[in-house]
Amino acid sequence: MNPRSVIEIAYIVAAVLFCIGIKMLSSPDTARRGNLVSAVGMLLAVVATLLAGGLHYQWILAGIVIGSAVGAFAARTVQMTAMPQMVALFNGFGGLASLLVGWSEYHAHRPETFGFTVVAVALTVIIGAVTFSGSLVAYGKLAERLPGRPIIFKAQHLVSAAVLVLIILAAGAFSLRPAASYPAFLLMAAAALILGVLSTIPIGGADMPVVICLLNSYSGLAACAAGFVIRNNVLIVSGSLVGASGLILTNIMCKAMNRSLTNVLFGGFGAARTKKSGYQGDVRPITPEDTYYLLEAARSVVFVPGYGMAAAQAQHVVRELGELLAANGTDVKYAIHPVAGRMPGHMNVLLAEANVPYEQLVEPEDVNPIMDTIDVAIVIGANDVVNPAARDDEESPLYGMPIIEVDRARTCIVLKRSLNPGFSGVDNPLFFKENTRMLFGDAKASISALVAEFKD
Amino acid sequence: MTMLLFIFVLAMFLGFELISKVPSQLHTPLMSGSNAISGITIVGALLAAGRGNQTFTIILGTLAVIFATINVVGGYLVTDRMLAMFKHKPKGNNPQ
Repeated sequence: MNPRSVIEIAYIVAAVLFCIGIKMLSSPDTARRGNLVSAVGMLLAVVATLLAGGLHYQWILAGIVIGSAVGAFAARTVQMTAMPQMVALFNGFGGLASLLVGWSEYHAHRPETFGFTVVAVALTVIIGAVTFSGSLVAYGKLAERLPGRPIIFKAQHLVSAAVLVLIILAAGAFSLRPAASYPAFLLMAAAALILGVLSTIPIGGADMPVVICLLNSYSGLAACAAGFVIRNNVLIVSGSLVGASGLILTNIMCKAMNRSLTNVLFGGFGAARTKKSGYQGDVRPITPEDTYYLLEAARSVVFVPGYGMAAAQAQHVVRELGELLAANGTDVKYAIHPVAGRMPGHMNVLLAEANVPYEQLVEPEDVNPIMDTIDVAIVIGANDVVNPAARDDEESPLYGMPIIEVDRARTCIVLKRSLNPGFSGVDNPLFFKENTRMLFGDAKASISALVAEFKD
Repeated sequence: MTMLLFIFVLAMFLGFELISKVPSQLHTPLMSGSNAISGITIVGALLAAGRGNQTFTIILGTLAVIFATINVVGGYLVTDRMLAMFKHKPKGNNPQ
């Protein structure tokens, strides 16, 4: 067999390993091995590529050493609460790498005429650039280096549309006479970078799960487009797997918020504080001590975590409280809304880190039907995902979003710093309900106080 | 060329089939794991860096290798770290 076919076969095996790896991710029991299988596929693809011969290995080696060191360091040291921004950043690097591959192919070969490869180069550069700058903005927002609220300016949609037209024109000019159109190529890349920024800054913190999914999908499509440039099947197959995965997650997130993708991307949700909806009534505060008596007598307790739990780093004390309750004979569950936190599955990872067995992590569909039988629902730093206005108030911007109906539990305890509305800026009538008790203060401090009560 | 498009379309379908079965608990590892897979662009980066015969293409290629490697190595390691944390309930020993 000639070396060329050996390499091709290795690529096919790599693609199969990626598919098996993703399939194994569908169960917690096999997921870790699945990730390993997928990593072996990647290693195989890299080794096969290096077998091609006639390569200058010194630059490759330098790149791999630097990249591995940075990647390994970041992966080992990142806090689980910081996972969303980390994924956003890695995503951006993937997009940037594809962009650079497209650019370098164009620079090296300068095709004279319009053709398949030229279109592929243009697509790779555009998608790669949007992924890169969009992910950097998402990173900035998630890491709180940029304001989390939507950044909106006058005629924003018009400016974005103009930039999009500019990209299309530049790409057209470039594609028709590629060799002579280096300026058009650079203009196209620069405009795509600007578009990535423009399309991410108007999106608020609570909508970040959708955006991360979408950028995840783009990074796959960028790799896929790069596969068309260098005519390599393994890039096309793996890129489309990631593209499909990101699109599915995007769709799941949109459904979980009852919003269309267009509305998330162009809505500027939460930019203007909605006028006071006038939910009023008495707020009933509760002390940790009284909460303890309630919990001590409860037969079933559901925790509903949100981003506030991550922000307060309260996941470990929450698990401790959960264990104490279980030891006391209480049935303990953690109900996790699909968009709780800043990325899909964020709360699951935090609670898994704190050693909560995953059997206790349930979805809204599992817990809502039995909510009337739950003695105490404890809301920790979640707000919009438990807002009954989403169910009852047709005027509410959240109306129609599936929620965890904690207001139907016998008692609902809300841990909160103050009465401020959530990320979306929508008021929450839950706080004024008769069976709601507000436990004010830092989530970690409040839960620790409860743990102390139990231990006394 | 049509062959490549053919593969692309089939792979998208395959992706939809494979991923719609992942439970929501595992969505974060799925994202970071699939993110690592999108680092497959490293294959293009290696060729660009290794075959470059002009200084500028070598620079572009080497940068591409660096960023793709961060994506691949970081993505797989962090996914592994997360998945190692997903544990079953310990059987039999109640924390009493």
